[in-house]
Amino acid sequence: MSTINVKVAAIEAVTPLIKHFTLVHEDGSELPSFSGGSHIVVTMDAEGRTYRNPYSLMGSPTDTQAYHISVRRQESSRGGSLFMHEHVHVGMRLKITHPVNLFSLSKLAHKHILIAGGIGITPFMSQIEDLKRVGADYELHYAFRAYEQAAFVNELEEMCEGHLHCYADSQGERIDLNALLSQQPLGSHVYVCGPSPMVVAVLETARNLGWPENNIHNEEFSSPPVGEPFKVQLAKSDIEIQVPAEMSMLEAIEAAGVKADSLCRGGVCGRCELTVLETDGGIEHHDHYLSDSEKVSCRSIMPCVSRTKGKRLVLDL
Amino acid sequence: MQLNFNDESFRDDYSYKNSPGAIKRFPFPFAEDHYMYSVNIEPHTKGAQGSVYEFTFDVDEHYVSECLDKIITLEQDPGRYSALPHMMDAQWDFLELAMTSMANDYPEYFTLTKNGNVWTWENRPLDIMDTFTFGDASTLPSEPFEYMGRQMQGDFVLLDQRDGTLYSDAGIVTSQADWSLAFNTGMSWQEWHGPVPKVTELGVLDRALKYLLNLQVGNPVRRLNWTMTVNPRLDTSPENYPLWAIDRNKVNNETVGDLVNLRVELQSLFRLPRSNAIVFGVRCYLMSLKDITTYPRWAKRLHRVQKDLHPDLIEYKGMTSYHRYVIDWLAQFDDGEVLAYGSHPE
Repeated sequence: MSTINVKVAAIEAVTPLIKHFTLVHEDGSELPSFSGGSHIVVTMDAEGRTYRNPYSLMGSPTDTQAYHISVRRQESSRGGSLFMHEHVHVGMRLKITHPVNLFSLSKLAHKHILIAGGIGITPFMSQIEDLKRVGADYELHYAFRAYEQAAFVNELEEMCEGHLHCYADSQGERIDLNALLSQQPLGSHVYVCGPSPMVVAVLETARNLGWPENNIHNEEFSSPPVGEPFKVQLAKSDIEIQVPAEMSMLEAIEAAGVKADSLCRGGVCGRCELTVLETDGGIEHHDHYLSDSEKVSCRSIMPCVSRTKGKRLVLDL
Repeated sequence: MQLNFNDESFRDDYSYKNSPGAIKRFPFPFAEDHYMYSVNIEPHTKGAQGSVYEFTFDVDEHYVSECLDKIITLEQDPGRYSALPHMMDAQWDFLELAMTSMANDYPEYFTLTKNGNVWTWENRPLDIMDTFTFGDASTLPSEPFEYMGRQMQGDFVLLDQRDGTLYSDAGIVTSQADWSLAFNTGMSWQEWHGPVPKVTELGVLDRALKYLLNLQVGNPVRRLNWTMTVNPRLDTSPENYPLWAIDRNKVNNETVGDLVNLRVELQSLFRLPRSNAIVFGVRCYLMSLKDITTYPRWAKRLHRVQKDLHPDLIEYKGMTSYHRYVIDWLAQFDDGEVLAYGSHPE
């Protein structure tokens, strides 16, 4: 996968927990343009290990001078967000992937309903630029704990004018999903990004109201789940590797020097799919790519997010 | 590298010809003695110097004549260009990709000068120079996709990605192997591949689609496809079927080597940055069977592939009426030598 070398041009603490990073091309040249909803994967070389975390691009897609990402400090995470908060400084070099869009706007939608929770606001910030440019009809519903902890409310008010609706949990404000999604014209599309319970609630509400599956979109940026350490055997490479608790199997395979294909590193794209040669059936599938029957068959695994609780796992790699 | 552009025709007197250099760089598609559809997609990375893979878009000795043939076809049937309204972002993406790669790869022919959003494009072989505002279609003589598509060899289709599939929502198609843009515009991946035999059973379509849905900006991919065409005709469209299909009846033992051309499509796919659409390029290379026998290895390989070809593929590719002449004629070049894997000429 081709990467881009960038330099951190600015860091701004947006809230006590959220930092906004401005990234520019290392040699000062233009960065590729992108579409609203795209993300990049940032590679961080920490001492002794490498983090690769996906972050939504929240700047204007037409701005090729700089990329903007925001990172929420996750105390319980695998370490990527902590590294971004504590060790990344202005002038530091990072490697990023080209932008990838797994959360694109439907160009034929009559209306776009955007629902954000907390840091899940970031992909919508680039999407709003696209929606405004083409003059599309949209509503942005942004829920957060409290105004003091909410990022970018002022910027959004300016960008969205009358299209923004805010909900502060601290003031008892909640999005009435049923009311919101039952009143939209035919041809509307709904997009959600936020904490898992919110995503589930939006998906369930839309489905229960009879929204077509193709009109419901969600992006989850869950990092590969942490789990128990385990061993995996790579048949072609003829090695056994140890996957530590805080590392994904894909990361462990890469750390062992074995070449493995990957793209989204979040269990949705399918690129890193590996064939399971032997297993005692203890595969924990965390991906959104394999079908239910494929998961039950245990013939494939997505090493970017999935793990095993079993004793034996042999992969065709 | 300065090319001498051929003065040649792809219709009427069919004066098209390949120089020895063009024959040697022909993208011969058969690495083995047997052929069946597969997901033969690979990264579109820079290939060997002088090869058709050296640059993003290959420009060869046929460039000027092909672009002129495209103008004739579009004039006779403007429906060969079509773009649905939601594809305008993709149109500009396409123009940018084409202009930047061509200017970068062939500075002796093409120059792109950017002054903010005001761009000047100079195409010396076609004697074109235009200054326009990027993003403002009213500043170009035609829509951006058509403007640039007319200055490139091969056909292009812009695919919109939605509903978990790809829709062919724009195209400029004048050198197609018997498929219709007017018929296919707006169709989904599964719909436009509907007539292709075998691929659904093989699972090829689903796997290729999964791969393409994840295509990344900056990481284009390519594959080769092939068929045969009687006479070196680019416009073998269903719309003009009466003009070319009848030529199949002219193939016999005496004419087959000159009349029948192996038609190879270098298909390339690029993710476009602003629109998240995909451009599907189909570049056509034509080579008479006689020219292919310049390299005995190719003649032997082609004979075996054709002899062994599944009847459904012979029928789908429209070769049924003359295919036996192809096999019989190629047989004289095949001494049964065991050929190593690979499509190289010698």
